[in-house]
Amino acid sequence: MSTDITSNDLDHAHDGHDDHDHKPKGFLNRWLFTTNHKDIGTLYLFLSLIAFLVGGSMAMVIRAELFMPGLQLVEPDFFNQMTTMHALVMVFGAVMPAWVGFANWLVPMMVGAPDMALPRMNNWSFWILPFAFTMLLSTLFMDSGGPASGWTLYPPLVLQTGNSLAFVVFAVHMLGISSIMGSINIIATILNMRAPGMTLLRMPMFVWTWLITAFLLIAVMPVLAGAVTMLLTDHFFGTNFFNAAGGGDPVMFQHIFWFFGHPEVYIMILPAFGVISEILPTFSRKPLFGYSSMVYATATIAFLSFIVWAHHMFTVGMPLQGELFFMYATMLISVPTGVKVFNWVSTMWKGSMTFETPMLFAIGFVVLFTIGGFSGLMLAITAADFQYHDTYFVVAHFHYVLVPGAVFALMAATYYWLPKFTGNMYSEKWGKIHFWLSTIFVNVLFFPQHYLGLAGMPRRIPDYSPQFADFNMISSIGGFAFGATQLIFVGVILHCIFRSKVKATGQVWEGARGLEWTLSSPPPYHSFTTPPEVSHNMVRHAD
Amino acid sequence: MNQQQKNRKTIRRLVLMAIGMFGFGFALWPLYNVFCDVTGLGGRAIQISENNNQAVASHRVVSIRFDATVNSSLPWVFQAKEKVHEYNLGVPSKALYLAMNPSDEALTGQATYNVAPPEASLYFVKTECFCFTEQTLQPHESREMPVYFYIKDDLPEHIKDITLSYTFYRQGYTPSGGMNHH
Repeated sequence: MSTDITSNDLDHAHDGHDDHDHKPKGFLNRWLFTTNHKDIGTLYLFLSLIAFLVGGSMAMVIRAELFMPGLQLVEPDFFNQMTTMHALVMVFGAVMPAWVGFANWLVPMMVGAPDMALPRMNNWSFWILPFAFTMLLSTLFMDSGGPASGWTLYPPLVLQTGNSLAFVVFAVHMLGISSIMGSINIIATILNMRAPGMTLLRMPMFVWTWLITAFLLIAVMPVLAGAVTMLLTDHFFGTNFFNAAGGGDPVMFQHIFWFFGHPEVYIMILPAFGVISEILPTFSRKPLFGYSSMVYATATIAFLSFIVWAHHMFTVGMPLQGELFFMYATMLISVPTGVKVFNWVSTMWKGSMTFETPMLFAIGFVVLFTIGGFSGLMLAITAADFQYHDTYFVVAHFHYVLVPGAVFALMAATYYWLPKFTGNMYSEKWGKIHFWLSTIFVNVLFFPQHYLGLAGMPRRIPDYSPQFADFNMISSIGGFAFGATQLIFVGVILHCIFRSKVKATGQVWEGARGLEWTLSSPPPYHSFTTPPEVSHNMVRHAD
Repeated sequence: MNQQQKNRKTIRRLVLMAIGMFGFGFALWPLYNVFCDVTGLGGRAIQISENNNQAVASHRVVSIRFDATVNSSLPWVFQAKEKVHEYNLGVPSKALYLAMNPSDEALTGQATYNVAPPEASLYFVKTECFCFTEQTLQPHESREMPVYFYIKDDLPEHIKDITLSYTFYRQGYTPSGGMNHH
């Protein structure tokens, strides 16, 4: 913290007088040993972009195999490894680190802090990740192959993984440690380092949603760590937590896993809600509608996420009372979520809207995420879930909330803040092309999967009955096109960082409000070393 | 309190919370078992020794279906001697299962059991059962395996049928494909 900044200042007092930002000299010093929140944010964002492409390639393998009925390209076991690794890489490698990256960049600037509360731990929480991913991905090249049980790692199936299971478990441990440290850092920054006048209810929605997300992470990542540790000891040390032959219970794993797993899906989507709540007011040139109800709705969603886990396992043979409880609790979540969607629509209502790329992605999010929400309501109906369970309907549902949901929000955030981060404008033309191609093909990719699921096509199976052939082919074509479209995204980002000649102003967007827009673009390497005084007219919301 | 002290306090609390939740993950295991025992949801019957048998005989009868399954890792033949039988509530009774080892090697198995509907498991009292211990069958040996039990006389009226199901697993077998000799 403050000591770091002074020692950096001392170290570099003699060199680089033209470099008034006092960036560390040399590639290793700058990136490997960095304690600067902006550098660490950049590292997180690049890691997640790479993971997005790696996980995306695995999805291409899946869609290529499913292009036609029959087994064409890969062995069934490798197909199952692909579905498992695609999910693990996308969840833990693409979406979660991307949100931590944005939190690193933005939370200190948004609350007027000079850096994160614990800069050295911040460095550590990032640099664990590349090692964890190397371990996880290396299992694909081992004799026993990668995990092939689906990302939920259900026993007894997952216990049939060979010795590579140990690598998977330790990788999950490391990812969990990284997330917990990142969360502690974010909470400490938000609670202790806000500038004078930045009261809790003046904080931007992105900061609020991340504060709540960080608490969710600290509450559930250790539970996942416990569950996979039990898998490890069941596999290697003869314990019987989940082994029915030894008096254990495989269904108990599902309970423990989903106690983590359901809050986990909100960990991926709450920061997205925050980003959308930042972007819509900017391009509608209106304050966010219902700011405090947004805060309370987020907190309510977070609380409810702890009491709905068994809706993932309606078919395991729960008593009727249990099924009814989890059904009603799940449906209850649509109330605070509905509050959010109506607030977003009301924010746009009668606004002077313009449709720059971030706004397009934000509106795309509101529409397509809501479709995913509705299919979630259908799945919540216990009786109907017995038909939908483990079919492509479920796949369509969670991809709608994760791809045009969380991933679109990440893209919106990228287009929105990239000019702030780099000081250069991205290409609006190519941004818009990226948006329209993504939006069209994400629907070509996932919408037919609703029909496949309703017709009974099971998920995680490399072959299917010929009756499902047409929709699978359409879905695969959408998948290839969506995948190729993301290369445009990579191109736009690289062009913006390295080639763009158009300089961004400090405020970047006409309607942008909030502390980060009061800084220059790019912001100085050490921003807000003297805390700003926050007045009411600097915050986004009216109430 | 200065910035650093405030941060330390926050970190201490959050680290404790993380450690606590790690413990909670493991605590779910006993909690889950207690929950199942109290509610009968796991289908576990009540186990007592024969001496504190407090059976009260009744004229009501209930039909019990005896189910037998062998896990694919154990090449045994295992079945109930009588598939369905009616019993008076509160009368200590005995049922027989039959296990046979058709293979050429001595094999050890252990059985797990389950009572359905789960609600009935709170009234199903077992006084002696082959499932409590490991059973070794020599090559081509067959053996009768008895279960001693009674049904409590306060069994809810709407329960007319109960299923008692046993599954034999190979002892020391782990699903990872290897044998663990411990």
